[in-house]
Amino acid sequence: MSKFSKKKDGDIPAVSTASLPDIVFMLLFFFMTVTVMKDTSVKVQNDLPKASEIKKLEKKDRVITIYVGAPTQEYQKVFGSEAKIQLNDKFSSPSEVGPYILQERAKKSEDLQNVLTTSLKVDREANMGIISDIKEELRKVNALKVNYTTYEGIAFDNLR
Amino acid sequence: MPRRGAPPEVNAGSMADIAFLLLIFFLVTTTIETDAGLDRMLPPLEPPTEAPPIIKEKNIFTVNINKNGQLLVEDELADIKSLKEKAMAFLDNGGAAKGTEEYCNYCMGKKDIASSDNPSKAIISLKNDRETQYGVYITVQNEIVAAYNELRNRESQRLYKRNFTDMEAEYLNPETSDEAKAVLKERVKKIQELFPQKFSEAETSSGN
Repeated sequence: MSKFSKKKDGDIPAVSTASLPDIVFMLLFFFMTVTVMKDTSVKVQNDLPKASEIKKLEKKDRVITIYVGAPTQEYQKVFGSEAKIQLNDKFSSPSEVGPYILQERAKKSEDLQNVLTTSLKVDREANMGIISDIKEELRKVNALKVNYTTYEGIAFDNLR
Repeated sequence: MPRRGAPPEVNAGSMADIAFLLLIFFLVTTTIETDAGLDRMLPPLEPPTEAPPIIKEKNIFTVNINKNGQLLVEDELADIKSLKEKAMAFLDNGGAAKGTEEYCNYCMGKKDIASSDNPSKAIISLKNDRETQYGVYITVQNEIVAAYNELRNRESQRLYKRNFTDMEAEYLNPETSDEAKAVLKERVKKIQELFPQKFSEAETSSGN
């Protein structure tokens, strides 16, 4: 018998998988708690521009979101390919922005009503005309704090 | 009926499978929302009752964007990449003579008499066309904010050995303690006073 032959002590014991469910459950609970279910489906193309000097929108409950962009493929037949405003779940005209903001503001609790931010999620292909109309409407209802929501990145990439 | 021994052990072997299934479901449905962007304040609609203040032409830095995304900075065609530099030179100019009330003792610019007197007087005016692309507009906004931030960071480094953007982020973070916030608030305010964001957006023009 060679000196270097391995000793055979029988098979290697199997790794216990008893704690696997615990680990998986831990991950599961993590994702369950961080998941935010989307309450609206976005019906417009929403390729946000990039910017580097961004600030985070800290509190979700203080934000009103307005989507702007060309309708997605399935809606283009009905609504055309011009950029549209989406409020909640439907396409709207600029004149409906004011009442929408007032209605959303009324839903919030009183101490939050003065600190609301309007988040504009605008497709980078959209024209400024529609944005100007929205800004005009926002000024009419005194919703002056806006956030042009963007991705983080190099701003010059928008020019392509 | 008498019990015959302990009830049989439930097989928990498939528990992991069930948990994995749920885990994958939540992994797929999770959307990390984009929740950052450029903060701006719109001007209030009511026109002020008093007469508009008289602003010297040299204290205004005009930026025009046309529908093709070209820039006219101070009546000269300019590349968007040079905008930040130009805006910084304008803001940091400090053209008022030494000894006058508007003299800027922290400015490091050229002290050109034909440019802005003092950062607190300097106004950036942005005008865009109705057909300007939103992406271009955001880039211009970003560059102007970057110009302000860089100048503020410089002053903040000088006074507090810290970047202004860090201090502001910490101040706005809800997890920061109240004592720390009180200190930060004062510092942020001080820096903001040194380089106030005076940024006016004209009504968009429809024709070009």
